[in-house]
Amino acid sequence: MIVGFLSSAIRLSATFLYGSTGEIITEKSGHLNLGVPGIMSVGAALGCLCEYYLLKSIGTSVPFLLILLPLLVTFAGGALMGLLYSFLTVSLRANQNVTGLAMTTFGVGLAGYLINSIKAQMAIITRASKYYTTLFPFADKLGWFGEIFLSHGILVYLAIAVAIVAQIVLNKTRIGLNLRAVGENPATADAVGINVTLYRYAATCIGCGISSIGGLFCIMDYMGGNWEYILEVFGWLSIALVIFTLWRPALSILGSIIFGALYIASSYISGITFAQIELIRMLPYVVTIVVLIITSIINSRETQPPANLGLNYFREDR
Amino acid sequence: MEKIENKPIAIQLKGITKTFGNVSANKDVTMDVRRGEILAVLGENGSGKTTLMNMIAGIYYPDEGQIFVNGEEAVIRSPQDAFRHGIGMIHQHFKLVDVFTAAQNIVLGVREKGRYKLKDANERVFEIAEKYGFHIDPEKKVYEMSVSEKQTVEIVKVLYRGADILILDEPTAVLTPQETEKLFDVLRRMRDDGKSIIIITHKLNEVLEISDRVAVLRKGEYVGTVETAETNELALTEMMVGKKVSLNIERTEPENSCDRLFVAHLNCRDREGVKKLDDVTFTARAGEILGIAGIAGSGQRELLEAIAGLQHLESGEITYIDPESGEEVNLRDKTPMQIRELGVRLSFVPEDRLGMGLVGNMDIVDNMMLRSYGKGKSIFLDRKDPKKLAENIIESLEVVTPGLHTPVRRLSGGNVQKVLVGREIASTPTVLMAAYPVRGLDINSSYTIYNLLTKQKENGVAVIFVGEDLDVLIELCDRILVIGSGRVAGILDGRTAKKEEIGLLMTGSRENTGAAAENEAEENLEENIPDGKGGAHE
Repeated sequence: MIVGFLSSAIRLSATFLYGSTGEIITEKSGHLNLGVPGIMSVGAALGCLCEYYLLKSIGTSVPFLLILLPLLVTFAGGALMGLLYSFLTVSLRANQNVTGLAMTTFGVGLAGYLINSIKAQMAIITRASKYYTTLFPFADKLGWFGEIFLSHGILVYLAIAVAIVAQIVLNKTRIGLNLRAVGENPATADAVGINVTLYRYAATCIGCGISSIGGLFCIMDYMGGNWEYILEVFGWLSIALVIFTLWRPALSILGSIIFGALYIASSYISGITFAQIELIRMLPYVVTIVVLIITSIINSRETQPPANLGLNYFREDR
Repeated sequence: MEKIENKPIAIQLKGITKTFGNVSANKDVTMDVRRGEILAVLGENGSGKTTLMNMIAGIYYPDEGQIFVNGEEAVIRSPQDAFRHGIGMIHQHFKLVDVFTAAQNIVLGVREKGRYKLKDANERVFEIAEKYGFHIDPEKKVYEMSVSEKQTVEIVKVLYRGADILILDEPTAVLTPQETEKLFDVLRRMRDDGKSIIIITHKLNEVLEISDRVAVLRKGEYVGTVETAETNELALTEMMVGKKVSLNIERTEPENSCDRLFVAHLNCRDREGVKKLDDVTFTARAGEILGIAGIAGSGQRELLEAIAGLQHLESGEITYIDPESGEEVNLRDKTPMQIRELGVRLSFVPEDRLGMGLVGNMDIVDNMMLRSYGKGKSIFLDRKDPKKLAENIIESLEVVTPGLHTPVRRLSGGNVQKVLVGREIASTPTVLMAAYPVRGLDINSSYTIYNLLTKQKENGVAVIFVGEDLDVLIELCDRILVIGSGRVAGILDGRTAKKEEIGLLMTGSRENTGAAAENEAEENLEENIPDGKGGAHE
């Protein structure tokens, strides 16, 4: 049972990992994007639509297209939402918190609308789900190790790869240094010739694109191709995870597994009431608050969010 | 030395004009900077010095006019363009990322070929530092640095990009006299190396000390350039202001001076547990200006906030003596509201004008009400009296504002300060505390503020003035308390104190901190008071 529990925790964790890795990249640019739930929903809905039309036109004849195309469509959908967010906050200088919350309500609503348009025949996309859920055919021959670590679909491994790449780019490359400077102190970045607007737009679009893959993964892999209105919850959990992991994508790999485990823990404990299940599901938020308390007490500059998080930058503002 | 006229021209400005909205910041400015010279740019606040320099550095783009660099016309649309022409600017507010190391800040935004390796950067930083006599640790994080170290990082950052035209915006505003000397040595070395240095400053004595030529701007227009050797403070001021002004602070002898505020053995720590005030003891007298000198962040803010009831103390006593009844009132651990209810008329001009002093988004009238909001009886606001007060202040202090209802954040620094000081004085205080009230103000506004403080002193107010310009402290104050690392390093008589003496006290106790025992502060205190004139222990 432990093996099954860990395996499910890791599987679910990919949703949070995409969400938080994307949000970390966005936040490093100084954008506090509270629109993640909406962005994940829209991305997933567009991905499902793409899947639906693919299945209708070419069926299951070319399996890898069934993953690749929806993935690209999802990423593009998320990036478009990021573009909208950046346009509002960078170009029109709208308040970031308000914009983010508007993106959430807008995104969740839009996703529902899109999914309703194919609702009658929605079940057809469950046929594509099996291509998402397995990658290594030999995994079940390797006992518990195989089941925990190798039994997952390609998107789980992609999530980890993306997190590692994000970590390296942020900390070991010039682009990462520039991006962090934009989020810490945009005036400084501007003065040394870094294009703050470009970095904010790019980081936000890429970040939102990555976040939205979490939505597609959740529906196509974790839910087995069944649309559930759960992405909003997972979106908020992803934002909490960013705080929990102190803005470090590598730590997020572990953090997302912890979140995944806490979220599903209730189904592995027998004989508890509905109320208790909900209490257990609250644990990710509780541990996030605990982390916040601890980092506030330590008060080290290294564990703080980007200094200009949530603040818009206008060069000629004096 | 080679005559400056013979040196090649590094930058030439022709007919530069820049307007913001309908305010013109620079109008038809034509001037030049030569290679191997230090040019001081002088002007009052709002005279367009910084705007002009920002155009050379690529922060702003001129509306009209041309810039020539080494004889060729240059289009400078961004800081990156400026670097390409070898121009680098060190801004007044440091543009550094706090959580980055010195080296990371230095390489930030540099487009170099090859892999990004910090080690190589560290080596080059060392080379530059060696050449001009800097001391720098490339791996130190900026938030752990002192102001002067941060400035060094800024300068190296510019040199790293290969700049040979350096623009420094008010570089000495936050340095001690000793640090300023060191900076000037470095600047001279760079000049001798053939670099052009433009320095913006308000301090006339520094202009005379460091520069080869002085360019003066007035209200956005170029007045002229003079050779430093052929001018003096008065002539420069006249050029700047456009009329004769007296630059003397009239220090009247204290009259009917009596003790007003006792501060005894104050101790406090900040949130991180660092000691901010260490056994601070002094007395403020009515009819006297007590100056407080010290390196920025030595506990000045905590001290004033403690008296104002904003800082929690570990131990110590703050006692106020009522001028009418002569009763002693204990102010320790009282909130500002409680202090006011006790009938203590304490006014505080904090250093953070728009943070603690005024609300930037509110107009002058509403800001006046921040001090009198408790007075009203009905639930509706009564803006009549505050409006009268606001009009009064605008008129008497010559506040330049588009109107009574302009948000104060839109006013220039000097005018914001006048509004704040005006409000604080209007409540007829018996104790007036002012922290860096002239920071960022031009020479005229500064003297207006000094004269206001002196007038308050003549009215029998106990004035506590935290300042950074030692020359002014010596001219203005009756007594000067020198604070170093939260300790009273000495209390000097303003009429006999020497600048160097104050500078040494400011830094001296800082070097002692590590080794010095807790109670050594007392000994220091006694040693440093010349002939008991200071009178620290009452």
